[in-house]
Amino acid sequence: MASKLTTSNRAGWLFALPGFGLITMFIVVPFFFAFWLSLTNQRLISPNPTEFVGLKNYEQLLSIGILELEPERDDSGAVIRDAEGNPQYPRVRSITRKNPDYPQYDGMREWFRWQSGDTAKVVVATDIVFWKSLRNTILFVLVVAPVQGGLALCLALLINQRLRGINVYRAIYFMPVVVSIVVVSLLWRFIYDGNDGLLNNILGALSFGMFQGRDWLGNADTALGSIMAMSIWQAVGFHMVIWLSGLQTISPTLYEAAAIEGASKWQTFRFVTWPGLRNTAILVLIVITMQAFALFAQIDVMTNGGPLDSTTTLVFQAVERGYGKQDISGGSTISVVLFLIVLTISLTQRYLTREK
Amino acid sequence: MAQINPSNHGLRLITRYTILTLIAVIFIFPLLFMVMSSFKPDLQLLRDTGSFRAFIPVGDLSFDNYQAAFQRAPVATFVFNSVLVTGLTVVLSLFFCSLAAFSFVFLEWVGRGLALSIIIATLIVPFETIAIPLLLLVSKLPWIGWEGFEWGWLNSYRVQIIPWIADGLTVFLFVQYFKDLPRELIEASRVEGASWWQIYTKIVMPLAGPVVATAAILKFLVMYNQYLWPLIVVQQESYRPVMVGLQYFFQLNTAWGEIMAYLTLITAPVLAFYLVLQRAFIASIASTGVKG
Repeated sequence: MASKLTTSNRAGWLFALPGFGLITMFIVVPFFFAFWLSLTNQRLISPNPTEFVGLKNYEQLLSIGILELEPERDDSGAVIRDAEGNPQYPRVRSITRKNPDYPQYDGMREWFRWQSGDTAKVVVATDIVFWKSLRNTILFVLVVAPVQGGLALCLALLINQRLRGINVYRAIYFMPVVVSIVVVSLLWRFIYDGNDGLLNNILGALSFGMFQGRDWLGNADTALGSIMAMSIWQAVGFHMVIWLSGLQTISPTLYEAAAIEGASKWQTFRFVTWPGLRNTAILVLIVITMQAFALFAQIDVMTNGGPLDSTTTLVFQAVERGYGKQDISGGSTISVVLFLIVLTISLTQRYLTREK
Repeated sequence: MAQINPSNHGLRLITRYTILTLIAVIFIFPLLFMVMSSFKPDLQLLRDTGSFRAFIPVGDLSFDNYQAAFQRAPVATFVFNSVLVTGLTVVLSLFFCSLAAFSFVFLEWVGRGLALSIIIATLIVPFETIAIPLLLLVSKLPWIGWEGFEWGWLNSYRVQIIPWIADGLTVFLFVQYFKDLPRELIEASRVEGASWWQIYTKIVMPLAGPVVATAAILKFLVMYNQYLWPLIVVQQESYRPVMVGLQYFFQLNTAWGEIMAYLTLITAPVLAFYLVLQRAFIASIASTGVKG
């Protein structure tokens, strides 16, 4: 309702301008800047003028293909096999190195391969490290989002009982959230240490010495999983609190009604609690997903992306290229890709929570 | 209906507390390990990680690690930088964001809806996706300071403070809170001839205690725990905050006792702050959850 009393262009702009101006300058402008930079060859410091290169950065980053390698055959057409009976294949390099028959694969390298009959399917990409970082990031999100969300809900249900001193427990569960992720990551390096780490010692004691210690972060099979576990531990209290505030919006009369009807604990949860938490559930999932896509500090402190790129992530790659290698355009291109993924998820959220 | 007999009830209570306590142990043990280790010499520290001794203050305890940490790195400088940057950013953020929210909620002006939509839209832009272009931007910005005119913001306090003052979430929290204040109060003051500035300082802000606490706590946590941004914009040690200062302890030989002492030092203020204002901390996280 526009009234004379509250209409004032001058005062309105004057009050809003500092805050709005800062947000425009340091969030909106860099955001659009990222799109522009990803179309150039900008470096942080460079004697050469910046050139517009179109979609070349995206081409470099995203080009991927599947090669089908037929096994080598001898003159009679029989497959040549080695001593173990495995078929022999032409080298991938013969196709990806300046082969005029396959210009689309030029400069690509092998990422991984699998066998289908006697044919080998080889996935080749120009920027394998990027694809690994994309795979790791998505894997991290797919594991952390449901596990952390689920555990947080369990904790919230546990904390939501009327017990003397329950607030002390709530405070303790929440405590890791206020501690810097950098500090937490360093502490957990001790826990995961290969020689005398806490985890190895605990597992060793629990199995009466049966468990052989391992270097959790130094092993490509366990490094990412270890970082997932730690990340869940650190942030689960955060989401517990969000679940709790959702739980408290559910009317107590619904629980009374359920009790009168003689509902079991599970039935009460299934038909009273869970439906009341629908919007909280979507929110928790989205917040965790956004946080998980931003995975950086843990990697930087604990593994630097290794071993064998098994823990490298999109943000880690964006920083490594944009800052470490001063390749601003390369880092920006990854940032844009990351943003488009996050945007897709946010739009999905809008769609799921739309008013029906 | 289940029978309620006293011994059954007691048993269930014990089970519940046992479960709660076991989980509490999982959340607390790394921090306990950190504090205890900070008082132990390196050799004993590494030996103790093999047993329960890691979590209890036994053996040769001293403040040597703390002394050594101060000698190895300019710890006082790092702490000062973090406190300065965090304090200034929190105060400026509360002021500018509440002022903008005040204007969005209580004033009518051309472009208001568009400006607010833009601010809300920034909520889905994670900082990590703009860090690299922002790095290039701040490296080229002009500045007029004590030493006169210069180009580039890298290696300074301003680069750690100014980009972090205003953000969508803080503005949004204030907008949500101001919307619930009685508009009649503001209109009545206008009738009586109060200026907008007077209404902001004398009427609205004195009523905004809870949202100020929420916004301050969230900003405090973000700023004190900053890592990625100072890592890429501050190379000079004299401007580095605590989390980036950690790199010092990995140069040459890694002295774990000193690292634990340093970690304890930089974590203690946050934990103390949290334990005192525990309810407010948890309430502030919960209120970000309501945004939906």
